[in-house]
Amino acid sequence: MLSIKNLEAGINGKMILKGINLEIKAGEIHAIMGPNGSGKSTLAAVLAGRDFIEISGGTVTYMGNDLLQMAPEDRSKEGIFLGFQYPVEIPGVSMVNFIKTAVNEHRKHRGLAPLSASDFLKLMQEKKELVEIDSKLANRSVNEGFSGGEKKKNEIFQMAMLEPKLAILDETDSGLDIDALRIVANGVNRLRKPDNASIVITHYQRLLDYIIPDVVHVLYDGRIVKTAGKELALELEEKGYDWIKQELYNHN
Amino acid sequence: MEREQDNIINDITSGEYKYGFYTDIETEKIPKGLNEDTIRLISEKKGEPEWLLEFRLKSFRHWLTMKMPGWAHLKIPEIDFQDIIYYAAPKQEPAPESLDDIDPELKKTFDKLGIPLEEQKRLTGVVAVDAVMDSVSVKTTFKETLAELGIIFCSFSEAVREYPDLVKRYMGTVVPYTDNFFAALNSAVFSDGSFCYIPKGVRCPMELSTYFRINAANTGQFERTLLVADEESYVSYLEGCTAPMRDENQLHAAIVEIIAEKNASVKYSTVQNWYPGDREGRGGIFNFVTKRGICRGDNSKISWTQVETGSAITWKYPSCILRGDNSTGEFYSVAVTNNHQQADTGTKMIHIGKNTKSTIVSKGISAGHGQNSYRGLVKVLKNASNSRNFSQCDSLLLGDKCGAHTFPYLEVDNQTAIVEHEATTSKIGEDQIFYCNQRGISTEDAIGLIVNGYAREVLNKLPMEFAVEAQKLLQISLEGSVG
Ligand SMILES: Nc1ncnc2c1ncn2[C@@H]1O[C@H](COP(=O)(O)OP(=O)(O)OP(=O)(O)O)[C@@H](O)[C@H]1O
Ligand SMILES: [Mg+2]
Repeated sequence: MLSIKNLEAGINGKMILKGINLEIKAGEIHAIMGPNGSGKSTLAAVLAGRDFIEISGGTVTYMGNDLLQMAPEDRSKEGIFLGFQYPVEIPGVSMVNFIKTAVNEHRKHRGLAPLSASDFLKLMQEKKELVEIDSKLANRSVNEGFSGGEKKKNEIFQMAMLEPKLAILDETDSGLDIDALRIVANGVNRLRKPDNASIVITHYQRLLDYIIPDVVHVLYDGRIVKTAGKELALELEEKGYDWIKQELYNHN
Repeated sequence: MEREQDNIINDITSGEYKYGFYTDIETEKIPKGLNEDTIRLISEKKGEPEWLLEFRLKSFRHWLTMKMPGWAHLKIPEIDFQDIIYYAAPKQEPAPESLDDIDPELKKTFDKLGIPLEEQKRLTGVVAVDAVMDSVSVKTTFKETLAELGIIFCSFSEAVREYPDLVKRYMGTVVPYTDNFFAALNSAVFSDGSFCYIPKGVRCPMELSTYFRINAANTGQFERTLLVADEESYVSYLEGCTAPMRDENQLHAAIVEIIAEKNASVKYSTVQNWYPGDREGRGGIFNFVTKRGICRGDNSKISWTQVETGSAITWKYPSCILRGDNSTGEFYSVAVTNNHQQADTGTKMIHIGKNTKSTIVSKGISAGHGQNSYRGLVKVLKNASNSRNFSQCDSLLLGDKCGAHTFPYLEVDNQTAIVEHEATTSKIGEDQIFYCNQRGISTEDAIGLIVNGYAREVLNKLPMEFAVEAQKLLQISLEGSVG
């Protein structure tokens, strides 16, 4: 589904991703862990199409297409969803209007007519219940004044509305209480279908108790330095990242 | 990615101003230049009575003693008032009796602009239209229906002919010819415009609307609107305007006067979409307009709503003189400046009567190199006890080459008055746009969404069907401004 080869990218001339290789097949869940500043969010942003990141090498193929040539909105409509580490506030734009516009853009892309008002409300009701989001939030401006946890839940709500093929969740678990964590995990697990995939970026193994990943990667200084099964997360939780640094050091 | 954005921007700039076409129609024009003979000629062409010619000449002589105002936050190039044609009219003899007599080209023009000259129902209701092209009114619809209620809605010229007493009684009482440079100029050379009188106790059953179109080159447009709401009456009035794209600037200097008698209520909405000039700032309309209403009677109300997206330079301050006790003035404004547009707009609320109330909501949007100023005066006179004003002035910036400025003036001479002012400035960030993009919303649509969200409070004040048009217009006028 997604194939990243030797991807190099930077910001303002500073190299951040230094040759990423990653293969994700339909049906898989990949967890990406790694110390602060190692490039996890940058990788997510490249996949979503953030234009200030300069791509200096490598290729990304998504469902047979050259992803790097696609506009961000087209990537979204082709099924890529990014749950932001820091969701953005948009004052004056109601959540309902925002997500309705998004859903209808997606439908248009698939050649479908816009949802009728009542069908839309029904869909929204159903998804709101799924992520147990407070009804009042939907009537407020996008993320404006939402608490940290509410913002994260709102990301999952939007994911549920858009039903992506490839969801990239950037620390969606950070700042969540235990109940919210379960809700977020549920959201991801529901999306788990043979032809969908997820990338879950996290610092905490506890999320992976709820979302069982097929593969865990460690991103360190712009490279994926270790890939293993879910037991790697436990090991990291226990030992931190120093032993990986040590391993790398010994290697060189 | 880069290339794609360039393409988007190109597409948009070429389609930016969709009213920029020119109608090839035979036009009667008088020679360029301005002197007493010009004024006599205009008056003669219009077959005006002596008293009106006198009014014009008096105004002209006064204008000669005045100077262009220089205080606004605007860069205005020198205007050569001798290089303007002061009268242009689509040739049409004799005046059209019915729709069939109207030049088909002219009809096509208004069709293209979406202005029905046929009497037909629009989306959500009936709208009576007075269509003005260059210096003359082309057609007023629904006149008969309105006449049954005693409502007069016609071109200004017709009002001068048919209702001279009303015109004489009210014209120049709210905006005297001495008021300011452009008001004096308009009073000297005004060509046509709309006149509206709502009799005592009548609630006007439909929106009244005037549509102004500049067509001819090198001409100025100087129209006058006079709107009188007699006691206990109500009217909602809408004005729209467009012009062809041209490289040279054109001058538009209008006057609008509103009189609201006891218990009367007037809602005046403007969607101003004169040609704004091109991306480099070439051409466009200079829009210098004096709009003022007086709440003469107790409990009367005047509400201005304006959506200003067009013109190279806009200079206007729709104002309310709150003379009657308990009278109310409102000003709701969205002003957009993109590319090299400049706007200096706002309002004056003059509290004279007791318990008078005014509300000001101004939303400025600047993009490109646009400069947007809010300038507002709230004046509370000595006897205006228990008066209240609330002002809210917000500015939204797109990009970092544009500017927003706020100049609130306060003059309060009564201690019981309560005056509140709030102001905010915000920016549409790339993060917000990217967030929308990531959900499948294009940059253009994202800006539209954000801007309409920002301006919602004002757009909600417009009559329903125009709100939809105004929303689209906001989006169109900002396209290509980020990317
Ligand atoms: N807009 C930017 N301008 C300059 N440097 C940036 C920018 N965004 C990220 N960086 C830098 O790129 C590096 C990688 O950042 P990134 O956000 O991808 O890290 P991360 O792995 O997501 O970290 P965390 O776990 O803290 O979220 C950091 O050194 C960061 O300072
Ligand atoms: Mg991060």
